Amino acid sequence: MSTSTTSAPPGTQDQPPARAAPRRGKRAPARTGWRRALRRDWQLYSLAILPLLFFLVFRYLPMIGNVIAFRRFEPGGSIFGEDWVGLRYVRMFLSDPTFWQVFRNTLWLGGLTLVFCFPIPIVLALLLNEVRRRSLKRFVQSVSYLPHFLSVVIVAGITMQMLASDGPVNHVLGLLGHDPVRFIQEPGWFRTVYVGSEIWQTAGWGTILYLAALTTIDEDLYEAARIDGANRWQQIWHVTLPGIRPTMITLLILNVGTFMAVGFEKVLLLYNALTYPTADVISTYVYRAGVESNSFSYAAAIGLFEAIIGLVLITSANQLSRRTVGTSLW
Amino acid sequence: MVKPSRSYRVFQGVNGVILTIVVLVTLYPFVNILARSFSGERQIRAGEVTLLPKGFNLTTYEIVFQDSMFWRNYGNTVLYTVVATVIAMVLTTCYAYVLSKKHLKGRGVLVGIAVFTMFFTGGLIPNYILVTSLGLKNSVWAIALPNAISVFNLLVMKAFFENLPTDLEEAAQIDGLNTYGVLLRIVLPLSKAVVATMVLFYSVSFWNSWFSAFLYMDRTDLMPVTVYLRNLIQGATGGGNAGAGTEQLSQVGANIQAVTIVLTALPILCVYPFVQRYFVSGVMLGAVKG
Repeated sequence: MSTSTTSAPPGTQDQPPARAAPRRGKRAPARTGWRRALRRDWQLYSLAILPLLFFLVFRYLPMIGNVIAFRRFEPGGSIFGEDWVGLRYVRMFLSDPTFWQVFRNTLWLGGLTLVFCFPIPIVLALLLNEVRRRSLKRFVQSVSYLPHFLSVVIVAGITMQMLASDGPVNHVLGLLGHDPVRFIQEPGWFRTVYVGSEIWQTAGWGTILYLAALTTIDEDLYEAARIDGANRWQQIWHVTLPGIRPTMITLLILNVGTFMAVGFEKVLLLYNALTYPTADVISTYVYRAGVESNSFSYAAAIGLFEAIIGLVLITSANQLSRRTVGTSLW
Repeated sequence: MVKPSRSYRVFQGVNGVILTIVVLVTLYPFVNILARSFSGERQIRAGEVTLLPKGFNLTTYEIVFQDSMFWRNYGNTVLYTVVATVIAMVLTTCYAYVLSKKHLKGRGVLVGIAVFTMFFTGGLIPNYILVTSLGLKNSVWAIALPNAISVFNLLVMKAFFENLPTDLEEAAQIDGLNTYGVLLRIVLPLSKAVVATMVLFYSVSFWNSWFSAFLYMDRTDLMPVTVYLRNLIQGATGGGNAGAGTEQLSQVGANIQAVTIVLTALPILCVYPFVQRYFVSGVMLGAVKG
């Protein structure tokens, strides 16, 4: 409606067809449609040029750039590589023992993150929802969001300070008569340290969407449940949880989708040569092989493998949830 | 109102205890780092510092303040944040405005181009090669350009523009303003809230970022303060050869680390109480509309 009034001057003879064409353009030939649209909205389209250039150069070009996984790349050469080598680099990483180690580590860290970092915000949101004093609720929320706003470098720094041999954790262990633990240097501790710091940083922020979903649940449902004799646990089970189920599933799909890309930056900051056996993940291995050792094609092959698994995971999680519970991202 | 049952009151008590623990666990590391930054070396090493500084002194602050590289890197962070945020805001606003025009032909394709990049990305290596071969290394462009549009922010802004009343825009257009005029003189003044929110989102994320600088900056004097901090952390813990001498050194490092953490987080902590609610509402909007 708005478009036709602004574009066509009042009193123009061909107004009726002009109004019909943009709305239901099915009958009009596509080319005339485009010509009309360009003539009318060229200023709008011109605003999209720079952003489109951004997407083209910095998002889609790197996607195509992945062909160097199948081509020999030489530093300083073409960004698409020199000549085809087929699956050579894929075969190379599949027979590389380090690759399988980082693959296992990725599954471990991703799995542990999913198991702990997904449900904790739900529990926290349910607990917060029961707080009757609004000022108290707001205070707890403000505090628990805080770590989310800090740089991952700061979080890594704080984690290391807390776990240092003179840090508070070892201080408490000392009071209990325990010898200091070298958390940062021992491979056996890395997964605990990583997941722990991840929970500390993200748990509070993760409650936001659940709290929003909780406010949309109809109070009448609780009323009805109470009349039916449901106690508080039964109300949570039969009213609250089904009420936030769409949110839970959406976030679960998103979490599954980022499963393989476990916190690359944080691992890079927290690990060291001593903890490689448990800490080294696919993305950090890609970084070391590619950027540090200049094996760009080899690293790109691994990176592509990782991205494809991620895409398959998110698509299948989405499909699965659409089939089973009828909620999906798209 | 029905009187709460006994078991419910017990639950409320337990709930209060749990949430208090959550608050304490979240806050303690901040308080401890702050206390350490003002404490003496010996007291830190003995593990005496908990909530309050022990052996109060400002020596470490003086050491850090006298380090010209720290100030240079701090300045770099400010510069990179400002430049990157301005570029990001211009591009995001333009594209979001275009996407918000429901009548626009090809709008679905334009949305799809952006949204697809949320699920599939080129990956580290092709990006690295691209930025390197474009000659962006060692310049602010390596930080600003590859991250110029966050699709999430784009969708939030698009949703906001879609909810603006269209009458004003139409009236302005009849009065002779072209599209650019409408955007600058009508839409943006009406969108102060979302523009402020987006500036916050972008500037906080650029202030906190470290990895692009780490990848693309070869010289120490070009690093942002986050990379300065990262180098301190790695320097103090890298390798495992902690002899007596290095132990001493890493302790001094621990104190400097605490001070640097405090100074790097300070701007965020100062604006946090004021910006928190914008972030929260932005996330909700993005979740509902995105």
